[in-house]
This record gives sequence, structure tokens and C-alpha cells, in this order.
Amino acid sequence: MALADTSGEGRASALRSFSVKAAKLILSVAVTFFGLLLVTFLIGRVVPVDPVLAVVGDRASQSTYDKVFIELGLDKPLWEQFLIYLQKMLSGSFGESLLTKKPIAEDIARVFPATLELASVAIIIGTLIGIPAGVLAAVRQGGLADQVVRVLGLVGYSAPIFWLGLIGLLVFYASLGWVAGPGRIDIAYEYSVTRQTGLLLIDTAMQGQWAAFRNVFSHIILPASLLGYFSMAYISRMTRSFMLQELSQEYVVTARVKGVPEWRIIWLHALRNAAVPLITVVALSYANLLEGSVLTETVFAWPGLGQYLTNSLQNADMNAVLGCTLIIGAIFVGLNLFSDLLYSLLDPRVRRGR
Amino acid sequence: MNQFHTLVAAASLALTTALTPLTAKAETPPDTLIQAWSIDDIISLDPAEVFEFTASEILGNSYQGLVGYDVNDVSNIFGVVAEKWDISADGKTFTFTIRPGMKFASGNPITAEDAVFSLQRAVKLDKSPAFILTQFGLSADNVEEKIRQTGDMTFEFEMDQAYAPTLVLYCLTATVGFIVDKKVAMEHEADGDFGYNWLKTNYAGSGAFSIRDWRANEVVVLERNDNYSGDKAPMARAIYRHIPEASTQRLLLEQGDIDIARNLGAEEINALSSNPDIVIESGVKGSIYYLGLSQKNEYLSKPEVREAMKYLVDYQAIADTIMKGKVQVHQAFLPKGFLGALEDTPYSLNVEKAKELLAKAGLPDGFSVTMDTRNTPEITGMAQAIQQTMAQAGIKMELIPGDGQQTLTKYRARNHDIYIGRWGPDYQDPHTNADTFARNPNNADDATSKPLAWRNAWDIPEMTKMADAAVLEADAGKRAQMYIDIQKEHQMTSPFVIMFQEIEVLGRRANVKGFVVGPSFNDNSFKAVTK
Repeated sequence: MALADTSGEGRASALRSFSVKAAKLILSVAVTFFGLLLVTFLIGRVVPVDPVLAVVGDRASQSTYDKVFIELGLDKPLWEQFLIYLQKMLSGSFGESLLTKKPIAEDIARVFPATLELASVAIIIGTLIGIPAGVLAAVRQGGLADQVVRVLGLVGYSAPIFWLGLIGLLVFYASLGWVAGPGRIDIAYEYSVTRQTGLLLIDTAMQGQWAAFRNVFSHIILPASLLGYFSMAYISRMTRSFMLQELSQEYVVTARVKGVPEWRIIWLHALRNAAVPLITVVALSYANLLEGSVLTETVFAWPGLGQYLTNSLQNADMNAVLGCTLIIGAIFVGLNLFSDLLYSLLDPRVRRGR
Repeated sequence: MNQFHTLVAAASLALTTALTPLTAKAETPPDTLIQAWSIDDIISLDPAEVFEFTASEILGNSYQGLVGYDVNDVSNIFGVVAEKWDISADGKTFTFTIRPGMKFASGNPITAEDAVFSLQRAVKLDKSPAFILTQFGLSADNVEEKIRQTGDMTFEFEMDQAYAPTLVLYCLTATVGFIVDKKVAMEHEADGDFGYNWLKTNYAGSGAFSIRDWRANEVVVLERNDNYSGDKAPMARAIYRHIPEASTQRLLLEQGDIDIARNLGAEEINALSSNPDIVIESGVKGSIYYLGLSQKNEYLSKPEVREAMKYLVDYQAIADTIMKGKVQVHQAFLPKGFLGALEDTPYSLNVEKAKELLAKAGLPDGFSVTMDTRNTPEITGMAQAIQQTMAQAGIKMELIPGDGQQTLTKYRARNHDIYIGRWGPDYQDPHTNADTFARNPNNADDATSKPLAWRNAWDIPEMTKMADAAVLEADAGKRAQMYIDIQKEHQMTSPFVIMFQEIEVLGRRANVKGFVVGPSFNDNSFKAVTK
């Protein structure tokens, strides 16, 4: 049978099943995005806020108001407005911000790197601490280490980030002076760094500006640690439960009987198997961080996606809100696909489609 | 044991490394002014469009108008870009002469052509603040003939009526009247937009500073304009950082990472006032806090009820506690500092008097009513205090929270009972507030003009006539008296419970001197700041 797989017929059928899978995937992604857009669009229109008012303000004359009303296409029926919007989306532009008239894509390209950088550093911190902590808690189940990890996790999961952020600033910035304050970079470096990727850690490193790199790092480390702490809390709890499940499996007992050293059993055998569901946990935590944490961004004056989205919502700038929704949707879909892919790499059962 | 020692040594080494500060205590550069302000309201930097507080202030420091006034005595009006002006015998035409030898930041000379272009442009673009100019009978169709260049340095400004000269001049001090560099703007024109799409995010002015960069929700950077005709600004740069959170601003100010914090709350002001490195400064602004009582409501339309409600606000307590230092009690529609402002404060909390009035209105047991309340801490705090004092006279007030746009949409659709609001004047002339609080030319639901009197369905043909007459009074003294008369009647009878006038408060480092807090935001000036 193994030979039959390499025959032409087998390859053709594999190709067929692959294209069917790909078509299904594309369809489901398209339907997801369409639904996302439709719902957000409708919510935007149902909200009892006059978008024209948001644009022209309270004082404009009636003629100014009427002009903008027509400019925004609000005189057209709802379905037509939606079609016009879809058309703009399909042509690649996200439309223009109602307020600033700037292309949404440009705005997002400006704010998203800030969030991406913060979220990436945060998820690295969260994962690097969260997984070992979870493993430790599982191995020492009921012991002191387990209790400590549990309490730390609970605090991380339940303390309001707004408050933790302010306390963090008060202690590490104001009192101890270990880290730089709110913002992404000191004014002194603001104009010496050319923004290439928009990820300042990478930009400064690529340009060899190590003083600026240190400065950027000292700005990002506190908010990233806080966000990382939150994902750490979640990741460590999940790691613990996955590990407990694995450690009670028969293959672990067999390994022990065979005299495999305990560290090998924990870190190589059990963790490898726990890693499969953990990927989803980490990916979802990352996606959550990438949405932009409004509160963290507010406390740390971080010009990211969360602040942009909230500000757009408050100003009834529905085009901007729709653009952000789409980006966030794409992040979730993308990370889901990515974790599926990793699944199949790590889990042979998924790979062989059994 | 040895191993243990190595471990301890390694651990303490790691700890020391970790504890080494990543950053030295920061101080702002000596030639740069750094302010923290919530600048997320900026949507444009084009003078024809700017109407927001922050952008107004930025333009006030980077553009110049034809005329200006003394921020300490606004009755003293003087020429800026205009050297002088003459008024025709019929009072309908101003002839302005441009001051010779002035330049834009670009190096281009300022001429009458630029002034005519700027004013025509603002009328033709017809953005939110355009009405400040179009109220003089200008429109996109006639502006080319009404505002006309008569020489290199002279132009005429013709109106449909002989408006009070003070009104015209004050309107020209607003940001919409600021002079734009025609050459620079037209170099960037696209599709007949007079350079609007470019100027939204760029700069073509002649003020003490030029605008170098604006990144929304992040930063605005201004640089000293070396072609400025006035005294050179001591600061080479002025930077606004978007710091939305008041407590973050406080931390940055205490650490010396910023020079001025602009959005401090009562709590932060309290905490900072004992810090020797920090000075709290304030200046009276033109904004007014008021309650609007809809006359469509059967209870609120009774004159006794309106008067009773004016006795059911504990003005002093709110000013002293919830709004500590950020408002002063003021009960007439013209803010203190304006021509003809009425400074009497006849009302204070008096529950007995209010009960009497309610009984007279046939409502001895009070009634139930709702109030649309913007969900900011300050407005909510005031609303809750008012709810309590109203309850003492039996008025059950339900607060309906909403965000700014939402409550405003409802207010403008006349769907409220009571609206707690804040109104800021659009320019320095009394007409700006009289126009909205004391004029209602058409009380029908489909009226095109929606002044505050209309929103509260207050039909006042007589008072509208009085306000219209005041607009045409050329004598400033007589005009002031007309406004005082209107306010006196308004204070007694109107469905507006006018409560407070705003005070702008900022915290600055003790070494930062010379920031001027003016009556309106475009008067706030850091042109002379030193540190």
C-alpha cells in the first residue's frame, strides 16, 4: 500500500483533496470576513450617533452639514452604502477616515507596528516564563511551587491592568528610575531614527543606533512585562493542566519504568505532547494582545491600534472602525491558520489526516 | 558548599545587573518645550477647518490673523497682519491695509493677495467654522466680489449690513480668519481644493512657530519660525505629546520628562500643589456649563419650574469640590471678560424657595424628569450633585449617560428633557453666545438653524429682535448695555440654568516661565516661554 501512494493516481487524488481543502478554506475565510464586515457596518449604522455631526461639529451651518451628509453618501439607501464600501475594500483601500480624510490603510500602517512590537515582546515574555512555570507547577502539584504559580497567575489574571500599569510606573519609573516613562522613545531620539519597519527595536538595531535601541527597550519593557504577565498567567495555568494530563499517561509510566531520567520525561516527552494544544493557547493570547490593549496603551501613552480604535469609535468614525475590525479579524484568522499548520508539524496524527 | 557560594554569587550578579537603571533621570532639552496634552481631537491643521481646542492653540502660535486683541483686556483690538483699517460711511465696507515688510515662514512676502485668498478660501471651502465669515452675508457665489483686492497691500471687505465694527473685528481674530501663504497653498492644489487636502496636515503660515510634524494621537512638533516679524521665540522647538491619562501626565511632570501638563484633574492638582518643583497656573476661559430645559416637556415649560430649578443647584459646593479650581460660579450667558458680560449671581441653593415655586406651579410633590449626561467624570460628577439637590424639592431626576456624540445627537434632535452641557464661544464677540442662547429665529422642528434656544424649544421672537439689534449697534458702550439688558431678562426667564464659567488649569515645572493662558484657546501662547 505504501507504494500505491507514490503512484500518479495517488498524487492526483492528494492534489484533488488539497485543492478541495484550499477552496474550503478560502470560502470559509471569505464568509467570515463578509459576515464580520456586514455586522460591523450594521452596528455602525444603528448606533444613535450622527456621523455628520462627528465630522462637522456642533457649530457648522446647515449648508455645511448638508454638504457633508451627501459627501458621506448617507442619502443613499443602506444596501447601496454597503456595496460602495465593499467595492472600496475589494479595491484594496480601506476607505478614508471620516474625520481626518486620511486613507485608513495609512493610519493603520502607522499605529499597528506600535501594537505589534509591544504584543510580540509581551508574548515572548509571557511564553518564556509561563510555560516553565506551568511545567513546574504540574510537576510539583500541590507543592509550594504550585501554590506560588497559582497565586501569581490569579493576581495576574484578576488585577486591573490599568491599576497595575500605574503602580508599575510609580515604582519602576518614578521611584526607582529603572525604566523610561510613557511613550515609545525619548524626544531626543525621535528624529534621529528613521522609521523603516515601524518596529523601533528593529529599526534602531538595523541602523546600529544602540543608544536609541536601549532607550526604546527601556520604554517597552515595562508595558510589555505587564501584558506579558497577563498572558503568562493564562499560559501557565493552561500548561499546568495539559502537563498534568500528559504526566498521567501510560507512556510516561513506561518511560519511568525504562529508567528514563525524570527531566527527559518532563521536558522532552510530556511537554512535547502538551505543546500541541499549547500552541492554540499561545496563539490566542498573542491575537488578544495584537488587538491592542486600550487601557495599557492609554496609561503608557502608546500610540497603538487599541487607542486608535477606541478614539475612532468615540468619534463615530465608522470607516476607521471597520478597517480595524478587518485587521483584527485577519489577525485571528491568520493565527488560527498558523496554529493549525504548526499542529500538523508537531502532531503526526493531524499530518496524516487520521 | 562551594557550589552554593557560586550560585549565590551568580544570582547576586544577575540581580545587580537587572537593577541597574536602564535610563538616567531625564530632563527635557533646554531649547525645547514639551507639553503633555490629550490631542486626539485634532482632525485638521487647515485654518479654514480648525475648530478644536488643541488645533486652535497650535494655529494661534503658528499663524497670524489680520487683527488681534490684548488677552488681558480684550476691548483693546490692534492690527497684526493688518496695519490699519477704515470703515466706509455706510458702515458696510472695511478697507484693510496690510503691514509692509512681513513674511511667511516660507520667505514669501505677505500681501493683500494672501489675505483675500485666505478669506475667500475659507468661505468657499465651507467647513465647520465658515459661518463666522458667512454670517456677514458672504457665500461661495458672492465672496469674490465682496472681498476684493484693491492694491498690492489693500483690500476691501464688504458686508450685507452695517454690523458693529467690534463684531467684525473679533470674528477676524478667530482661526478661520488666519492668513495663509497663497503661493505655498496653491503649489499643492488638487482638483480646485485651494490646497485643502495638503494643508490639513501641513503648514503655510507666518506665526512665531512653524508646524513641522503631526502624527495623530502621538505628537505635534513645532519649530521656531526665523522669518517671524515679532520677537523671536526663545524656544527652538515646541512639542505636544499625546498623553491621554491625567495621572500619567502628573508622573511625567514630576519626573521632569515634560515641562507642562495640560489635562490635570482636581486630584492631580491637589497632589501637585505642594510640590516645590511644580507651579499650578490658571486662566479664565470662555466656556460655560449650563442645564438646558426642554420647553417641550410639560413640567419644564412652566415659568415657576424653570425658576425653581435655578434654586436647586448647589453652585458653590460643586465649584469647590467636584470641579475644584476648574470653574467659577457664573450665571449669565456671556462669560466674564466679554463685552457686556453680566456678573450678577442671584441664585444659590434654596430648597424652601424652590418648593414654594413648585407649589405655585401646581407641582407641590415635584415630578420625574430625565437628564442626558455625557459620561466624562466631571459632567457626571456635576450631574449627580444636581440630582441630589433636585431630589430635596421632590424632583426625581434620572441620569441617562452617553458619550459626547450620542448625547449631542439626541440634544440636536430635541429629544431630551434636560441636557447638561458646556458651551464655548466661537469668537471673542458677545454675539457668539447671544446668537445661540438668546436667538431663535424659527422654532419649528424643521428649522435650518439650531441654536441652543431652538434645541430647548424656547420660542423668543422679542428677545431675538433685541439680539439682532445689538449686532448692528456701532457704539461699543451702548452695545454693551444692550447685552446686559438681554442677559438680565434671560437670567430670570430662560430655560437655561447657567452655572459656571470654566477655568483652564495647567501644571508647569517651576523653571518654565512665560506661558500665557488666554481667554480662548487660540490665545494660549508659548511664543515667549523660557526655561
